[in-house]
Amino acid sequence: MTIRDVVELLKAEVICGEEFLDNEIKSACGCDMMSDVLAFVKTQPMLLTGLVNPQVIRTALMMDMKCVAFVRNKKPDEKVIGLAKEHEIVLLSSPYRMYDACGVLYTSGLRGEGACE
Amino acid sequence: MSQSNSILWSFDVDGKNFDSAGFASQSTKFKLRQLGLNGDIIKRVAIAMYEGEINMVIHAEGGVANVEVDEDKIIITLTDTGKGIADIEQAMREGFSTATEEIRDLGFGAGMGLPNMKKNSDELIIDSAVGKGTKVTMIFAI
Ligand SMILES: Nc1ncnc2c1ncn2[C@@H]1O[C@H](COP(=O)(O)OP(=O)(O)OP(=O)(O)O)[C@@H](O)[C@H]1O
Ligand SMILES: [Mg+2]
Repeated sequence: MTIRDVVELLKAEVICGEEFLDNEIKSACGCDMMSDVLAFVKTQPMLLTGLVNPQVIRTALMMDMKCVAFVRNKKPDEKVIGLAKEHEIVLLSSPYRMYDACGVLYTSGLRGEGACE
Repeated sequence: MSQSNSILWSFDVDGKNFDSAGFASQSTKFKLRQLGLNGDIIKRVAIAMYEGEINMVIHAEGGVANVEVDEDKIIITLTDTGKGIADIEQAMREGFSTATEEIRDLGFGAGMGLPNMKKNSDELIIDSAVGKGTKVTMIFAI
């Protein structure tokens, strides 16, 4: 699906990266531990998280991710938004809680990477 | 210094600023892209260096991050003057962490960083002295 589809499904507000909404997203992951994102994620281009500090954006950047969706209506500060813009990472803010946000996307066909080894 | 045609970058890592941690890795990723290296090695270097840089800030008091790009390898050297690692074997174990609750709330401290640095690099060398500091060297074959 496209990031635009994600926005609709998550009833999300687009914080930045409006120009990239037609980009395709093939899988996603939901996580609040950046350590685990760095260690376990392989190629998922999208992260759902409840954290809003700058390391979320840097983690996404190192992992070549294209989109970060904050759950529970969370929004990062201007500095964090600036960092995301600089690296062309789309930021979304969704009213759903983590479990529901992941569930909505999963049942609409956006899967993860299955069990770890 | 190795060959004369190698490229060197050096970054100061501020140990007191969690928000700026990762800047050296972010800059390195950008510069490696400009050099036209392949995406897989850039991602491995970026992940491993970022884990190491975060460690310099959350477990030590910052220091210096050096990047050397040679014809056939990339060498990342992270040197801090922090408290050092008493038992390196234990520190290398998945899940071992001395991070505080505060650090965990920021999304780190799962004890996955060092194992992940080993996984992503071709060689990981840790040199540490308690009370003096830690030097982490990672080598990536190009
Ligand atoms: N530069 C360092 N200086 C002092 N101690 C360190 C340093 N790097 C790592 N350590 C010690 O080794 C332990 C394991 O490090 P590792 O990076 O694997 O996990 P972590 O940083 O605690 O959590 P994570 O990396 O998953 O966020 C740390 O908890 C810390 O005790
Ligand atoms: Mg670590």
